[in-house]
Amino acid sequence: MAYSNELLDHYDNPRNVGTLDKGDNSVGTGLVGAPACGDVMKLQIKVGVDGRIEDAKFKTFGCGSAIASSSLATEWVKGKTLDEAEQIKNTHIAKELSLPPVKIHCSVLAEDAIKAAIKDYRDKHLSGETQLGVSGAAE
Amino acid sequence: MSVTKTVLNGSASTAGANTNQPQLPIYLDYQATTPCDPRVVQAMLPYFTEKFGNPHSRNHSFGWDAEEGVENARRQVASIIGADEKEVIFTSGATESNNLALKGVAHFHKDKKNHIITTVTEHKCILDSARHLEMEGFEVTYLPVQQNGLIDLEQLKAAITDKTVIVSVMAVNNEIGVIQPLAEIGKICRARGVYFHTDAAQAVGKIPLDVNAMNIDLMSISGHKIYGPKGIGALYVRRKPRVRLEASIHGGGQERGMRSGTLPTPLCVGLGEACAIAEKEMGAEAERLKYLSDRMYNKITEQLPEVFLNGDRAQRIPGNLNISFAYVEGEGLMMGIKDLAVSSGSACTSASLEPSYVLRALGVEEELAHTSLRLGIGRFTTEQDVDYAVEHIVQSVNRLRAMSPLWEMAQEGIDIKSIQWAEH
Repeated sequence: MAYSNELLDHYDNPRNVGTLDKGDNSVGTGLVGAPACGDVMKLQIKVGVDGRIEDAKFKTFGCGSAIASSSLATEWVKGKTLDEAEQIKNTHIAKELSLPPVKIHCSVLAEDAIKAAIKDYRDKHLSGETQLGVSGAAE
Repeated sequence: MSVTKTVLNGSASTAGANTNQPQLPIYLDYQATTPCDPRVVQAMLPYFTEKFGNPHSRNHSFGWDAEEGVENARRQVASIIGADEKEVIFTSGATESNNLALKGVAHFHKDKKNHIITTVTEHKCILDSARHLEMEGFEVTYLPVQQNGLIDLEQLKAAITDKTVIVSVMAVNNEIGVIQPLAEIGKICRARGVYFHTDAAQAVGKIPLDVNAMNIDLMSISGHKIYGPKGIGALYVRRKPRVRLEASIHGGGQERGMRSGTLPTPLCVGLGEACAIAEKEMGAEAERLKYLSDRMYNKITEQLPEVFLNGDRAQRIPGNLNISFAYVEGEGLMMGIKDLAVSSGSACTSASLEPSYVLRALGVEEELAHTSLRLGIGRFTTEQDVDYAVEHIVQSVNRLRAMSPLWEMAQEGIDIKSIQWAEH
């Protein structure tokens, strides 16, 4: 596959690979995709007291496009509020990385991962109680 | 070996050149295609500009010289499979041979017999031809394979009816390299009066083949899989007892009426030479490749856990290793080993986004199918190539596992199968 330089850069030098403590109240974890599909993304956000995402980490099982999409996603969410991060669209990711048409679905998954992480964080703070768990995963 | 590599790479360096660093990129996709052996190219050259005559021209030396080249090649092809030269016809490749064998036989006998048996792991040209025949009204049984990739002979016996005209089972699978029990299949078919066709594209020159000992009635042969040129193949068609088939390509009646068209003399000569070389060197080459393949497999499994070989280890050509690296996706892995030319069974590498149907037929679970790499070594692969490849594969797998949420979960003892995945 002929990939863009931006994509190759994210593959060779992925940003923010790692794990945050999903039990931490300030962390939201999104786990999307399925091993059977060859695409699984885990994206985590750490939200500061000012409501802005102060850190983000990802791990991905997937092709070069999937890795690059999720790496870019963690880069973009940092510094944003949850509402701002929710505005990130897969089309922006696909454009930035010049994803070939057959790989657009990887950017969709990355957008899903961001939203899943945000949802998990918000669920934890719904009733003001701490909740454990990862959205999409069975207990 | 380094001389051939030098010739291949077009450089003028001597055979004593530094062999510590392999020539990059390293070709490890020998099941996809092979480079022409330089000796094959040498044999072909005179037939382009000197002996360029039409081999069917009966009246002058240009024709006679070309005919001599073709008939000599025919003998060479027949020799490596234990056939008579009158039983070998040239085609444009194994795809055409497979089409001709299945459709040609089916159509000729359609008034009396309408049932065909094949397997789920055949090459697409067999499967698609079979589907086409189904649309025409033929019945097709697609035999499943066991976990090791081999068919169950009892299932074959049970599937044969008095309407069965042909059984088609590939000799060696292109994705996993496993060798089917040809002699046993031939024996069963002969006893039941059914034609036995085998797609031997990946087998000729790699394992010994004998159409008589194995009771084979039709065999497809490919030039570019055995260090010959692309665009040429052959079909072996038994004469005693005679196999009747309908031609697909009509015209001047060449190839005993089974395949019209002026024969491409240089390509025929190339295929013949490739067969002659393979016949002579098959034994030694198989040994060398076994050594390299074992070296590659052992070094990988020594350094990486959770690595699985797809297909039978023993009943396999030595040039093929098809390996699943759990928790690491195949296309992503291939990007990390840019200097290695390999292929993968992952959906992400196919235009259709479907994972390999061969791996699925083995019962390999989808997530492992996505993690597979096919490593194909061959005549020009060196030990340095293998060691370099292993080092970089191991490095890349470790790097990607560190980035993989599935690897992380496995390390934490989480059973990945228990998770409800939110598919999209």
